[in-house]
Amino acid sequence: MELLSRFKNKNKNKNVSSGGIADYGKYGQMFVAPFIVAFLLFQLYPIVYTVTLSFTDLAGWETELNFVGFKNYINILQNEHFIRAFKNTWLIWTINFIPQLGISLMLAKWFTDNSNRLRGEGIFKAVFYLPNIITAASLAILFRTLFGYPVGPVNQLLLYFDVIQEPFEFFRSKTGTRLIVAFVQFWRWYGSTFIILCAGIMGINPSLFEAAKIDGASDWKIFTNITLPLLKPITLYILITSLVGGMQMFDIPYLLTDGFGAPDNAITTSMVYIYNQAFTGNRNFYMSATASVVILLVIMAISGVIYKVMNRSKSKVGR
Amino acid sequence: MNKKKKLSKIPKYIFSVFLFILSVIPFWILAVNATRSSTQIQQGFSMIPSDFLAVNFKILTGQGFSFMQGFSNSLLISTATTFMVLYFSALTAYGLIIYEFKGKKLIYAVIAFVLMIPAQLSLIGFYRMMLNVGLTDSFIPLIIPGMASPVTVFFLRQYLMSSFPVELVQAARIDGASEIGIFHKIALPLMKPGLATMGIFTFVASWNNLIMPLMLINTESKYTLPMMVQLLKADIYQTEYGSIYLGIAMSILPLFLVYLVFSKFIIAGVALGGVKE
Repeated sequence: MELLSRFKNKNKNKNVSSGGIADYGKYGQMFVAPFIVAFLLFQLYPIVYTVTLSFTDLAGWETELNFVGFKNYINILQNEHFIRAFKNTWLIWTINFIPQLGISLMLAKWFTDNSNRLRGEGIFKAVFYLPNIITAASLAILFRTLFGYPVGPVNQLLLYFDVIQEPFEFFRSKTGTRLIVAFVQFWRWYGSTFIILCAGIMGINPSLFEAAKIDGASDWKIFTNITLPLLKPITLYILITSLVGGMQMFDIPYLLTDGFGAPDNAITTSMVYIYNQAFTGNRNFYMSATASVVILLVIMAISGVIYKVMNRSKSKVGR
Repeated sequence: MNKKKKLSKIPKYIFSVFLFILSVIPFWILAVNATRSSTQIQQGFSMIPSDFLAVNFKILTGQGFSFMQGFSNSLLISTATTFMVLYFSALTAYGLIIYEFKGKKLIYAVIAFVLMIPAQLSLIGFYRMMLNVGLTDSFIPLIIPGMASPVTVFFLRQYLMSSFPVELVQAARIDGASEIGIFHKIALPLMKPGLATMGIFTFVASWNNLIMPLMLINTESKYTLPMMVQLLKADIYQTEYGSIYLGIAMSILPLFLVYLVFSKFIIAGVALGGVKE
């Protein structure tokens, strides 16, 4: 609100100098006012308040804020539960992202290759993207049931094809459970990445490909020397959005097992940790708030670094 | 040469079809098992539907899975949120494009900054704030914040810049139309394609949101559909596999139908980039 009235005052001065058209300026302010108010109230304030809470010891049903300085930050960086959750998140995200990007790139090449293009692009895109639109909560329960023990369909199929001799308890195996989460993440997102990469390749000037072809470059050379470098900005976008989304991974690991990341906290992601700290047991809001701020800072730092690095190499390619 | 090229396509097709099946098969198993009895499901795998749909439905609803309640709550929240997001984002984007006023640069800077901040990481502050003002267990904090959607403003601004004829505004002013009238009668209709794209992604994101309602809503009659789904984990369903599958299938069906109708449109939207989670 304060910000808003400041805009208004400033504009009054402007009206005098620029006359006619600027009179409409007040409408502009009126039009953006609801956005500004809602933005300050529901986005900026919660961020500031989360940071504030990270400097208190607020827990349970207390309402008084009692400031403790940087104590929470010192503690959380030595807290093995938080560190484990942080590591889990990175591990699961990495296992999902590398094949996701690799396979999507490969598919994008196959479906956009002018001289030797696969058909049915439309239907493949529609089906590959399908899992992304479906409620993640429902998918978590679905995969929980599919990988069930002893009579889940996956166990039944593996037994039928003699891959295993007796039912396997997936959700008792740390590796198994992590792989399932990573797989579901991969399965939900490769379609989206594929579609975005296709759009990126289609956006490249076709005369570049033709010129390379005339010069006798092989398909593979064209792909590595023209397509890939020119896809860098879009790959950067995919990397950062996937990373930011991945660091907030919640629905699947929360609902796949017991809600705390069983077995043995194998799939306790940062967000599952933050949620459980605040909403179960002692309701340690200060821990959740501190963890949120730490992860926020990590994400912003990494995004910044990736952006810098990619930007530097972008100018080399000359785009 | 040509024949060799054609042959090289075969493994590519095989791999693509494999992924195709991988994307569809969990849903196929889901649909089939929703129609099979729990005994049949336990006895073995099948790809062929059976006729226990009604029985499963009876067991499911008998245990208090009130699908319609969750469905109507989700529909109410998502529709209202989508309306909020679209109307106020359009108003903001239009205001930013058409008018000159001080502070515009600051707004752009703030929008660009917030686009980078992952929203979920301020949830604790948001929750405590709602607790302080007594708005927990209410739909209001799920709907009203939609008024400020930087991503949508950003997108609609680009859309307006590329396709909105500013002369129309001048002409309408000469005809004596009010500023807000121009927005409602001229700008909004012209923005329809852009609004449709953002609308469908907003609706789906709101519909699928789990963590926000999970934190804020306590009363079971106010549960959204994604929250209802977690009830299927409860002990009462332990061996009632058929009804678990049916419950999941019912929770998926609404978006499945939406996708069936709008898939081309949605994929075009994804290709635009910008819209991810």
